[in-house]
Amino acid sequence: MVEYAWLAPLLPLVGYVFLLALGRRAPEGLVAGISVILTFLSFLVSLAVFTALGSHPDATGAYTFRWLTLGTHSIDVGFQVTHLNALMLLVVSAVSTLVFLFSVGYMHKDERFSVFYQYLNLFVFSMMALVISPNLFQLYIFWEMVGLCSYLLIGFWYFKPEAALAAKKSFIVTRLGDVGLFIGIILLFLSSGSFDYSTVFQAATSGHLGLPWISSAHLTTLAAILVFTGAVGKSAQFPLHIWLPDAMEGPTPVSALIHAATMVAAGVYLVARTYPLFEASGVALTVVAWIGGITALLGALIALTQRDIKRVIAYSTISQLGYMMMGLGVGAYAYGMFHLFTHAFFKALLFLAAGSVIHAVDTQDLFEMGGLGKKMRITQWTFLFGALALAGVFPWAGFWSKDSIINATLQSGHIVLFWFAEIAAFCTAFYIFRVYFLTFHGKPKDEAKYAHAHEGSWVMTVPLIILAIMAFIAGFFNTGLNNYGLEKYLMADSPTGLIGHVYPDNVALMIASVALALLGILVAALMYWKPVISAEKLAQSLGGIYRLSFRKFYLDEIYYRLIVWTGKLIASIVDFFDRYILDAIVWLLGRAGYMGGVGLKYTQTGQVQTYSVIALFGLMILVAIAMFHVGGVF
Amino acid sequence: MALNSPVFPIPTGSLLALGALLFCIGLFGALTRRNLIIVLVSIELMLNAANINLVTFSRLGVNPSLAGQVFSLFTITVAAAEIAVGLALLLAIFRLRKSSEVHDLNVHKW
Repeated sequence: MVEYAWLAPLLPLVGYVFLLALGRRAPEGLVAGISVILTFLSFLVSLAVFTALGSHPDATGAYTFRWLTLGTHSIDVGFQVTHLNALMLLVVSAVSTLVFLFSVGYMHKDERFSVFYQYLNLFVFSMMALVISPNLFQLYIFWEMVGLCSYLLIGFWYFKPEAALAAKKSFIVTRLGDVGLFIGIILLFLSSGSFDYSTVFQAATSGHLGLPWISSAHLTTLAAILVFTGAVGKSAQFPLHIWLPDAMEGPTPVSALIHAATMVAAGVYLVARTYPLFEASGVALTVVAWIGGITALLGALIALTQRDIKRVIAYSTISQLGYMMMGLGVGAYAYGMFHLFTHAFFKALLFLAAGSVIHAVDTQDLFEMGGLGKKMRITQWTFLFGALALAGVFPWAGFWSKDSIINATLQSGHIVLFWFAEIAAFCTAFYIFRVYFLTFHGKPKDEAKYAHAHEGSWVMTVPLIILAIMAFIAGFFNTGLNNYGLEKYLMADSPTGLIGHVYPDNVALMIASVALALLGILVAALMYWKPVISAEKLAQSLGGIYRLSFRKFYLDEIYYRLIVWTGKLIASIVDFFDRYILDAIVWLLGRAGYMGGVGLKYTQTGQVQTYSVIALFGLMILVAIAMFHVGGVF
Repeated sequence: MALNSPVFPIPTGSLLALGALLFCIGLFGALTRRNLIIVLVSIELMLNAANINLVTFSRLGVNPSLAGQVFSLFTITVAAAEIAVGLALLLAIFRLRKSSEVHDLNVHKW
């Protein structure tokens, strides 16, 4: 079965081409039907590959053919199946199928319904192809394609200026990271002579990566950090996280698909895929851990005060991605990927449930909702499941994976990061239940919108229910109940059976974490459900801190001042040089030619005889020269 | 004059000088005259100067032959054809511009 893994990305591509051929005016049912069926088939293929691999290290394989030969080097294309890849394929295809189904209801009657599904198909294809790439070169190609599709989908409602701006912002900000990734890949290729993962890793671990100007150890660190910048851009880590909240301008299913479950996971996947490189360099791992920890805390702090339901969830995504990076950074490879696995489900669930709410009340402002629970039972309950999973309440999925990471952080001795993670965990429970209570409980704040609210059709509720079930059970795949199956599965990628570390469960910590989460929920309930504590008074008494969080730590403004102004300054210098120096030279040359022409035109009399005289004298001069130099007559 | 007196050969230098003079007169005429007909006549003079040179040089060399004289006959034929074309062009120009003055033909002036 493993050798048929290429079918998984191919099916969405077939869907894309088919929809392209059908054109923009194709009926909605046909478009959606084809897309959902093809992605579902892709999911079945992924599932078959996932199970066929088992936990045998030998079952994995690469299938490539030579594409280019450049001197002594060559570039292969093809696909590779490892345990990590198989898990990613499964997550991407499962979430995609459900999102495709949900979009049938959400995008109903949109003018560009067919185009939307084209983009979705292309996106899923790129993501899956990225996952099974056998070398860094192919990975980079699909990496950029994922970025492109994300740009197209965020800017899907391009007639809204905010959406167009957000699309541009996401493209440019992730591009900053991509440049780093590109330089990293080139460095690795120059020093190891190959793009293949295995060759690069072997060179890195055995210390053969050096270039004339840099030692092997330093180059490994440098390349790993450069590769990590690519992941920082794509996975919205601090300091390049600013594009993700703005990307919420896209349709909500897109947010669920791209900005929760799959695309932003590409960055985490990249770090996991090149993990041996990071392991070979302690510094790079530390950088990953700290960036992850800072991001987890920062995202959670900003999410506390946002008013837009999707933005809160977006910041929670940033925060959770920070947890994953931190997990990878402290050496808990399997836990980082485990969290990616569970997060994909509960975050897609939260986004889709939010989408269902937005679809019903046509606003994203939390303070215009309220009391929706009575009208939207299924959405309320599924959202509650997602929220419990995100908050890390026992025994929902998020609890197992997040607690594993926090445990690993503590056990590996990163005390500061451990406190970051715990504070962020408390904030997480608070902000997500703030959203829950504001949306589904209390009194409706906007009667007109409340009257309009209703539950979506089955295409919208069925994905919610399936995801809610997954948000509940996904955690058990890596517990004692399953004999820690997932981490053993992932660890099978390494011949020695050890990538990173795993740690035994720490019951005391688990209890502490759950208590912290419950405390967060309690505070949220006291503030927004049964208003014992006034949120407004609290905000006033914490004025400065509240504003800091509400204005997202002024990072957008700081970037604007620092980077945009610097860019403008450089641009104006270059503009001056171009306008007054380069252009002046060009103008001067043109002027010289023109003046020469004006001067010489007076010699043109139009008289044949004048020309003949000049020709005669010219001939005489030539003859004289010939006599002097060639004939030697004189 | 005695019949057996030898033919006095004209020295080669004199013949070449004649050719050179004729050529220079033709060139001067072609470059300075205003009337197109005179210009054409001057060009004919230059051609004939070339003919004289051809005939002169045919006397010299290791094997003196008639080749030069035959060659000049060809040149005269070509010159006749050329003058026919030239006069035809001149007539056409005259009809168009009512003038055969060279100075009036300055369409290419700036």
